[in-house]
This record gives sequence, structure tokens and C-alpha cells, in this order.
Amino acid sequence: MELYVNGIGLLGPGLANWTEGRILLASESPSCEAAMPEPSASILPANELRRSSESVRWALHVAQESMQQAETDPREVTSVFATSEGETGVLDRLCTALAEPQRTISPTLFHHSVHNAASGYWGIATGSQQSSTVLACYDSSFCAALLEAAAYAQIEERSVLLVAYDLPPPPPLYAARPLGGGFAAALLLTRAPGPHNLAQLDLTLSNDLSEEATIMDDVRLETLRTRNQAAQSLPLLAAIARQCNTLVRLQYLEDQQILIRVAPC
Amino acid sequence: MPQGLVHEPIAKDLPRLVENRRSNQAIDDGPHDPQDYQHTVPQHQQVGARLMTPLILTRYTIVSALGKGLTETYQALRNRRSGLRPCDFEDVGITTYIGRVDDVEDVFLGGGATSAELERFDCRNNRLALLALQQDGFIQAAIEARERYGAHRVAVILGSSTSGILETEHAYNRRNPATGALPSAYLTSHRYTHNMFSSAHFVRTYLGLRGPAMVISTACSSSAKAFATAARFIEAGFCDAAVVGGVDSLCLTILYGFASLGLTSCAPCRPCDVNRNGLTLGESAGFALLEKSEEAGRPGAVALLGYGESCDGYHMSHPHPEGTGAIKAMHAALLRSALTPGDIDYIHLHGTATKSNDSIEDTAIHSVFGPSTLCSSTKGWTGHTLGAAGVTGAVIAAMCLTHSFVPGTLNTTRIDPSLCSHVMMENREQQVRRVLSNSFGFGGNNCSLIFGTV
Repeated sequence: MELYVNGIGLLGPGLANWTEGRILLASESPSCEAAMPEPSASILPANELRRSSESVRWALHVAQESMQQAETDPREVTSVFATSEGETGVLDRLCTALAEPQRTISPTLFHHSVHNAASGYWGIATGSQQSSTVLACYDSSFCAALLEAAAYAQIEERSVLLVAYDLPPPPPLYAARPLGGGFAAALLLTRAPGPHNLAQLDLTLSNDLSEEATIMDDVRLETLRTRNQAAQSLPLLAAIARQCNTLVRLQYLEDQQILIRVAPC
Repeated sequence: MPQGLVHEPIAKDLPRLVENRRSNQAIDDGPHDPQDYQHTVPQHQQVGARLMTPLILTRYTIVSALGKGLTETYQALRNRRSGLRPCDFEDVGITTYIGRVDDVEDVFLGGGATSAELERFDCRNNRLALLALQQDGFIQAAIEARERYGAHRVAVILGSSTSGILETEHAYNRRNPATGALPSAYLTSHRYTHNMFSSAHFVRTYLGLRGPAMVISTACSSSAKAFATAARFIEAGFCDAAVVGGVDSLCLTILYGFASLGLTSCAPCRPCDVNRNGLTLGESAGFALLEKSEEAGRPGAVALLGYGESCDGYHMSHPHPEGTGAIKAMHAALLRSALTPGDIDYIHLHGTATKSNDSIEDTAIHSVFGPSTLCSSTKGWTGHTLGAAGVTGAVIAAMCLTHSFVPGTLNTTRIDPSLCSHVMMENREQQVRRVLSNSFGFGGNNCSLIFGTV
């Protein structure tokens, strides 16, 4: 299945945006620990930005970055959001309140608890009424979203914005799901080639597990990859950054691999 | 095919939408050729849709407050027996009704050689899922599909809004008073219970399936969208068949959360009633096995003919006041199935019985279908089962097609006179060829599905 990448957004420790991130991902020298970047998510109106959760801001920040690169109207684009844990900061506050005798919870907190909060805010920020799918597949959430985005772009013939994001949950939930990062990545995918292509992808789903999935050579980035589903995008992003023909294998659940032939444009 | 794009700010479209509605022009008196119909859909109401090949629902089942499986569900609908009862869930102190499933507490997930592997999934949500898998020969049908296509070629795509969050609610009550730490047993079970992927992980493990899997979580449209994603996966060749559906179970988060929004009724919900005052929460699990028609088709089989997905882009918990997102979802489902509004015999409403949902859904339906197409809401029977509402609507739609039966709207005594579409209170016996079912969720996420017989 042939796809084109038209824009990329990136946010993670030592990865402040795609412009800086692609240089780091393409280089052979080891990356060093860096401060956690702060998302601006300036596409959100000020009052919504104030109300939104940190994970919503991470998701919208990378979504916005990828759309700006591609100079695409966000109202024309379908979206697929992938998050394994969703709004853990909000869920922690809800469960804490529900453990109190009065069980008083704020209505705003409740409607911010949905797994599709970032998708909802993306719609509010852009006015887009295109389809938006939000999915979870534990550590394979990015891979599941890549399949959904690829199928959508191919079959519905529409540009698809893929946004994968997860933040470490606050304590005490962190002990149940000790995610590394945060990490957020966005890919704007189209079926047809265009003037803004960053790379061409040829994607297949395979049951052949005889080859190991692609890992990151850089120790720090490899640790990030294994500790946050959204960072499972790193081998694909690194292949795009290197601008040469590469075969990337992403592990999808325990049973399958997504094979992606990455070619520069 | 039209590739409708939203080029203008939504606000500019509002006057035209209102104008369309006021003109009171019934579209089902309009074009009956799908080609002509496509040209009648205003560009600002399109989200773009390509034709789809119908997919057969080889087997399907449902468990809700109405009962376990198709027969009990059908009997309750026919006999107008509601599944709603005064709230008796745990120690919840809210004056409301709930659609609770009996005997979920007694379901055992283990057994057999894989007992340990399955027991770790134990929580109310997965017990409810297993209860549904066990109805109507669904497990056997899924195993046959696995043997026919291979385990890697059968996907599991489910919808849920809150997954097994009840386990986390319980764990927060048992935090270590000194450290605030959650119980260690919870920490290891979190992945298999509360994590959003849990239900699909459980179902694919239980059925021995190894194909693509995910849980879609777009609030109350979740399990409707599972059908759309599964259809794309089959079309894209990622799988040959898919177990689709969804599960959502009662928990404190949704009971206290909807109460905090002032959306829960103190009486059993009355969809579309002039005096409706909110929704009744329920729980359900439902599954369908989706396959290509050349593999599974037989005359009279129920098929997914079309799907339409959209967003409101308006507000997190309030639908777009003119229903523009809902209109787009319904148009897209019609275009994808190459049908016109006049081809739809019955619309299964999202119909939650909140003031705003029923009124705005009515606006949207009238805009697309005019005043004649039969509509009803079954929430007075089942309650609103959130992420499982889509598959509940899908299975009821399938029953309408196979039983020549259309449910009315339970508990409702006087239809709100401000509603413009044809909302039925009483059940009807009549042949139904095509049903559209709506699901709308928080975050302004909409999905319409069309089912018919082949």
C-alpha cells in the first residue's frame, strides 16, 4: 500500500520539533539527555488551552506542526489519534474524588476524561468536521493507528492526520503503567504524491516474524522507543530523516509486523 | 464520487442550513437515483464518501438489560418490557434508573488449559463481554472463521468508552493510607482490566485470533465506528473477516459524571417526549462477525451497506446546535451505500432522551430525510450503553430486518411537538429492507451505519 508523508510533528525529550529532530535522527552521533519540551498548542483558543489537559496539548502541538509543514487546511483532513492511556491526569483526579465520601466531581473534569479528548479539541480548534478515530492497542497503539490511517487514505482517498501520544501517568497510576517520555508524533499521510512530500512509504502487513523488528541504534532513543507506544514511530521517523531507501519493520502486537519501505522524495 | 470538503467557516453555513430546514422540502420526494442524490447534497454537508462493498454479518449477538442473546432481546422489544430499574449499582447514591445486566457478577473468565491466561482479564467489563460471546453460537462462528481464513486473517475491532475503569475506582478506595500507593494486585491487572485495549485483548485471546486488533474509543460512537474501521481493514486486505462490536459496563465514573452534567433522569428515560428530562445509563456488550459477501452471502442475510463518520468541531459535550456533524455522517452513509434517503425504511435514533440530543438529532434527520421516514429510540428499553450503543443499535437493526418488526419508543407518552421527523411511540409489524442507525458521542464524534438484507 503506497502512501506519501506530507508533514511531520514531533515532541519528546531532546526532540523539540521535526526540524531539529530530523537532524538528530539522521545523525550517527549519540543523542544526549535534554530538558522536556513544553508544548505550545497555539492552535487552541486561549480559554480552551487553559482548560485542556497536558496530553491534549502534546497531541495538538504535533498535529499543528505537521499541518503547517504541509500547508494543508485542517478542515480537509481526517484524523486518527492513538493513545494507550488517554487522559490519566484527569482519571486520577476523578478516581480520587470518587473515593471521597461525597463523590463530588466537576462536569468539566468528566467530559475531559474521555479517551477522545484530544480529538474533540482538535475539532474545536480547527472547525474540522471530518471523521476522527481514536484508538488504543497498548504498546502497539501507533502501529494500529498507522494501519487505520493507511487504510483510510487508501480507501477513502483523503489526507489523514495520524497523531500518536502518551504521557507518563501521575502517581499512583504510574506504578501500573510506567511509561517513558512523554512522546508525541504526527504524520500527515496522503495516497497521491504532491508538492510537499517528505517521503514515500510502501506498507504491508506480514505474519512473518523471522526478522527482528527495527530498533534504534541510539541507546537513549531505543529506551524511549520501548517505554512509550508513540515512540514506536521512531524507526520510521529516523528512516524518513535519513532520506535513503530503508526497510522498517514495526512489531504489531505479538503476531504480526508492519513492513514499511521508506523512499526519499 | 464527490469529494466534499469543508471550505467555508461553519458559521457561514448556518443560515443556509436553517433555510433548508424551513423550506420543509421532503428529500424523500426528491431523487431516487443515487447518482442524482449525490448532486443534491450541498457541498457543505459532505464529508466525502466512496462506495463500499456490502459486508455480511454472519453471526451477531447482544447482551443488555433486556436479556442475554437475540431471542430474549427480541421478546423484550416485542412485549415492550423495559430493562430499566431503580439504581442499585454498588452504593451509588444518585436518584436515577439504570439498565443493568443480571448475573455479570457470576461470570467466570477462566477454565480449561488457558485458564490463567484468561483469569487475569477478570473485571466487570470483560465478564460482560464474555457473557455476550457465549450467546447465539458466536464463539463457534468465530472459531469457524478462524479455521476458514486463518487466525492471522481475522481482526478484532471493538469499541468502549470507559473499559474496566471500575477496577481503578475500587483500587483508589484501597490505596495505602501512608504512601497513597495502589494495591499491588491492581498494578499487575491494570493492563488486562482498565487499559483501553483490554476488551479486544481479552476477546482475541479467548477466541485464539491473531489478526489486527484495537479498541476504538470515541465515547458513544465507539462501537459504531468499529464497523467502519473493520470494513476498511477488509477492503484494504489487512484481514478477511472481523469480530466487531463493543462493550461498556456500569461504573461510578459515568454514573456520577453524567449526574454532574445534569443529564441523568430521575425516572426511566423518555426519548423524544415533550417532558423528557435526561438519559438513563445502561451497560451492554454486542458482537458481529463481518465477512465479505462472496464468502458468506446467502439470500436474506443481514449486511452492512454503508457507514458515515464525522465530527461536530463544536464542543466537548454539547452537539452542534444545527446538527451539521450528524447530517454529514448520515449523508456519507447514504453515499457510501449508493442509497437515497427514500431507500431507508427506518432510523434507529441515537435518541438518548436529553433535551438537546433528541432535538438536534431531529433537526439533522429532518434535514436529510424530511418528515416521513420512521424513527424511534430504544433507549427506554436498554438505557444508554455509551461505547456499546453503536453495536446495540446495529443488532436491533438486524432484528428489524429479519423479523419484519420496528420497535417504537418506550416510556414516551407524548412526542415533543417541536420535533419535525416521524418519531413512533408504538411498535410496528412491517417489512423493513434498510435501516440507518445513529451514534453520537462526546467530543462531537458521529457515526451512522446502514444495514440491509442481500
